[in-house]
Amino acid sequence: MSEQQSELSAAKLAVSDHEMIRIAEMHKWYGQFHVLKNINLTVNKGERIVVCGPSGSGKSTLIRCINRLEEHQRGQIIVDGTELTGDLKHIEQIRREVGMVFQHFNLFPHLTVLENCTLAPIWVRKMPKAEAEDVARSYLERVKIPEQAEKYPGQLSGGQQQRVAIARSLCMNPAIMLFDEPTSALDPEMIKEVLDVMIELARDGMTMICVTHEMGFAKTVANRVIFMDGGEIIEENEPQEFFNNPQSERTREFLSQILLH
Amino acid sequence: MSEQYLPGEHPDLRPPVGQTGLLLWLRKNLFSSPFNIVLTILTVYCLYLMLPPLFNWAFFDAVFIAESRDACRAAGDGACWGFIEKRIGQFTFGFYPVEERWRVVLAFVLLVVALVPLLWDKCPNRRQAIWFSLLYPFIAYWLLLGGMGLEPVETSRFGGFMLTMVIGVTGIVCSLPLGILLALGRQSELHIIRWLCTSFIEFIRGVPLITLLFVASTMLNYFLPPGTTFDILLRVLIMVTLFSAAYIAEVVRGGLQAIPKGQTEAADALGLKYWSSMRLVVLPQALKISIPGIVNTFIGLFKDTTLVIVIGMLDPLGIGRASLSDIKWTGLSTEVYVFIAMFFFICCFSMSRYSIYLEKKLHTGHRED
Repeated sequence: MSEQQSELSAAKLAVSDHEMIRIAEMHKWYGQFHVLKNINLTVNKGERIVVCGPSGSGKSTLIRCINRLEEHQRGQIIVDGTELTGDLKHIEQIRREVGMVFQHFNLFPHLTVLENCTLAPIWVRKMPKAEAEDVARSYLERVKIPEQAEKYPGQLSGGQQQRVAIARSLCMNPAIMLFDEPTSALDPEMIKEVLDVMIELARDGMTMICVTHEMGFAKTVANRVIFMDGGEIIEENEPQEFFNNPQSERTREFLSQILLH
Repeated sequence: MSEQYLPGEHPDLRPPVGQTGLLLWLRKNLFSSPFNIVLTILTVYCLYLMLPPLFNWAFFDAVFIAESRDACRAAGDGACWGFIEKRIGQFTFGFYPVEERWRVVLAFVLLVVALVPLLWDKCPNRRQAIWFSLLYPFIAYWLLLGGMGLEPVETSRFGGFMLTMVIGVTGIVCSLPLGILLALGRQSELHIIRWLCTSFIEFIRGVPLITLLFVASTMLNYFLPPGTTFDILLRVLIMVTLFSAAYIAEVVRGGLQAIPKGQTEAADALGLKYWSSMRLVVLPQALKISIPGIVNTFIGLFKDTTLVIVIGMLDPLGIGRASLSDIKWTGLSTEVYVFIAMFFFICCFSMSRYSIYLEKKLHTGHRED
């Protein structure tokens, strides 16, 4: 970890004051159930936020609101200067700028790895096919699986699939990357290869929000760790402070549960 | 007695004798248990009883050329294919004018040409060839109905296999896109669209095709303004298309429901719009799953074309019935129906084989493996 930490110290300087995401007094309900309560969060360019908390605390729902996979009912979400409303134009624009990696990869099984990566650049960005393939190959190189380009997702291991999913998002050249428990569906021996790719992304200055239970990742990479419970942000702090000196009782309880074993 | 190896040094060994090859196949599939052995012997015995007489009737004792039924019976004990041979023109073309029949033949040949690039993805120059496929319906319309330099032919003179092909192919080609749209409409978030599609599907599925055909032949006249003529074949085509589109819609809906929600979410997250996401991500997967059901519907539609007999159109069965009333050829209904059955079997079996080929081709190693 120490090696990775030194890699990151330089990256931490990359954080600027440019505001990428602003969430203000945001609420969300599923029917009668109040899932997100008064969420306030600002993310600057180059920041790396880790969101943790017990299951059902609303952390996935929160990041899914940022690219409108879930609709919020009250409050404001502004992504890179564009406010998320019912306006399809705004939603499409934000989705072009925000990449997302899912717990279950969600690769398109009927397309090869390369086609998975070129689909959105060709049809959304209107990029010529040859150029899109060059871009895709360079990102596949970056996630260290250039040799799998012609295979179908079903022929790859979980870790490889998740790296393809990351490459697929990067091909759209997003300003922000959202990670929704990217390692939770992986075998233990594959978690590291995915985390390594994410750490490298962080080092290159990508703005990231990760929902994850990987506390080691949070310690090395995050600028800020956010703890959620019952649909609220309970605590928000720098990783050092967050892990060594948690302020709230619930945070302490949660940390003792996940760090002890 | 197995040899000892250190961990990590165990070589790959050959499987024991008798675990591969023909003998194994026979033992596993035909002689695996006493019950299976009895079954195998019984089956072989039944085939022995049935096949030789069948072949004798259909081929060895059959009469292929004859002037009348009596001549047939004098020449051999088997089937009298001479009758079919005499009437083959009518079976194929119905009452299409004899001197214009080349147009039907040409339309059929061009149909095959138009289908090749659609059904075979390794076809050379596929892109250009598909333009021809798209043009084909207009060419066929012109060839079959005439006009613009060709002798016009009334649709009432269509009949036989040609009529079956016209209704079957048009129905299949039009009902697939319509069915897909209905299936998407039924899943739409817009209530009006969903409601309209659902009512349409449920109504059409709840009514027998025969009643729709009767409606087409009689009732439409009451609804249309007086004096409008509306070709009966066209009405039948519309009804058959709507009927099978409703079934296709339900088959495709099943396929759509099998696609995990994560697929549309991933497409959304990448910025694809609704129609792109459907066309590029969801439908290719949903249709692949639906192939058996879609082809099943197509086969049903193709055979249901024989129902047009009830509104007086002469499909092969109609022609068969009409020709059986010829005094010279009475009592040959077996030959006629076997012949028609073979035509339908060949068409439907080809569709079924093609669907299996397509399923294998589209298999990309996810799920089952």
